[in-house]
Amino acid sequence: MVISTEAVYIFIGIITLCGSIYTFFDKKNPRRISSALFYFLYAVTLMCAKVIPPFYIGLIVLAIVVLAGLNRVQKGHYGEAPREEREKNRKRLGGWLFLPALLIPLLTVAGVEGVGSHKLAGRFIFDQSNVTMVSLAVGTAIALIVAWLMTKSSPLTSVKESRRLLESIGWAAVLPQMLAMLGTIFNSAGVGTAVSSAVDHIIPANSLFWAVFAYCVGMALFTMIMGNAFAAFPVMTAGIAIPLIIQHFGVNADRVAAIGMFAGYCGTLMTPMAANFNIVPAALLDLKSKYHVIRAQVPTAILLLAVNIVIMYLVAR
Amino acid sequence: MVLIGVAVVIVGFLIRLNPLLVVTVAGLVTGLIAHQSLYSIITQFGEAFETNRYMAIFIATLPVIGLLERHGLREQAERLIGRIRAATTGRILMLYLLLREVTAALGITSIGGAAQTVRPLIAPMAEGAVEAKYGSIPEDTQQEVRAHAAAVDNIGVFFGEDIFIAVGAVLLMKGFFDQNHIKSTPIDMGLWAIPTAAAALVIHCIRLYLLDRRIKRRMTGESTSTTSTEEGANLGDLN
Repeated sequence: MVISTEAVYIFIGIITLCGSIYTFFDKKNPRRISSALFYFLYAVTLMCAKVIPPFYIGLIVLAIVVLAGLNRVQKGHYGEAPREEREKNRKRLGGWLFLPALLIPLLTVAGVEGVGSHKLAGRFIFDQSNVTMVSLAVGTAIALIVAWLMTKSSPLTSVKESRRLLESIGWAAVLPQMLAMLGTIFNSAGVGTAVSSAVDHIIPANSLFWAVFAYCVGMALFTMIMGNAFAAFPVMTAGIAIPLIIQHFGVNADRVAAIGMFAGYCGTLMTPMAANFNIVPAALLDLKSKYHVIRAQVPTAILLLAVNIVIMYLVAR
Repeated sequence: MVLIGVAVVIVGFLIRLNPLLVVTVAGLVTGLIAHQSLYSIITQFGEAFETNRYMAIFIATLPVIGLLERHGLREQAERLIGRIRAATTGRILMLYLLLREVTAALGITSIGGAAQTVRPLIAPMAEGAVEAKYGSIPEDTQQEVRAHAAAVDNIGVFFGEDIFIAVGAVLLMKGFFDQNHIKSTPIDMGLWAIPTAAAALVIHCIRLYLLDRRIKRRMTGESTSTTSTEEGANLGDLN
């Protein structure tokens, strides 16, 4: 392919790496060396994970965790534009400011739908293993160039600004990957089968309602543990839905699966383990509590879980 | 026994230790209980970290967003909303919820996202609606509005995307049933996703309506206690 996922990882690695250099020289950051090291190591894993053996990546990850865990990663000083300067530029650029911001989603969609399946000289233009991600990266690269031309600012300014944003996210940026890592260990250690056999013991075998209830609540709870409904689905469906709902009561598998997966999504809305949906956005939006997004989602999630149980029961009856 | 790792996670999050530390310790504990070697556990750490790098893609959007914010993007989004008289926080978020859910149902999930859409556009608009109407936004209200903006982004995409039959979730379910020799059809799965998707839209819109009412009660309750003349002058300017 012409643009590979590795190229994208190198792109985001460079952004992180450049930021870490500024952090190293940031005299106003009380922990500038350990903070810089944190982002530097993260940049190394992003750029070089394909060439460094997994064991050593694992060691680097442990070092990253120790730096964050001992509170050695702190914010510095970013030379933000004063309100007057922002206001002056805003007046000059006006509505045009929206152009690059809108270009990102529009170009991403165009990339996925248009360029994604096309070939150039017999090779796919975008890496087929993750077309959406490559499209997003290409979209942002084009938007970035447009933004440079429009604002007439130097690439260094955007490096500094991305450092400001990345450091306001801080350790939460690494959390999604760490949780995926934990999911892998849970899988290989057999946590899933342990959970579904525990649930099996609790529910009465001849009640359709309780089987539906156990499956939906089980999907939500196990998704909360794993942070991912896709990890919960095979375990819970094989453990509860197939033997009890589909085979014993003869309910159509499509309906059970579609609604059961949504029960899992209700769990996703309620767990810090789904960090890329719940914790990273909280950090990105400068929320004081990293759990604020979850708190906003919980009432909807619980109501929807109840709705899913009712719908599945009505469909199955 | 392996469930001890799960307990470590729950306790760790509850006593508010650094999540990175909690997750790592839980991983090590679970692996060791399952009689895996330390070398094997750390290797799995490395492999999983490598394959999940795609989760860091939001970093790619930061240079553009940061640059635009430096040039007043958030202020511009707030001003745009200030000019639309009917705009309230709840209504803006309802509209975004609908847009997000419908586009996701058509298979277009990359149109939203916390980094590329919520932070630069949706959150400032939702905050701007409060400022335009009441002249200012207290910090607790601002935090709540932002949290709701992120929540809408998630809820919209989660309950919309499964209607589209080529999405990962539907393919996963199909593959799983094939493995277990149970007949399944992706079209029916997409169809049976619609009732929940509609319920999500209705339930969350009601909550957003209540959010609007809460903001109104809070803001009008506070403005009577502060200098009402200044407040009135601001309102006069903006309406």
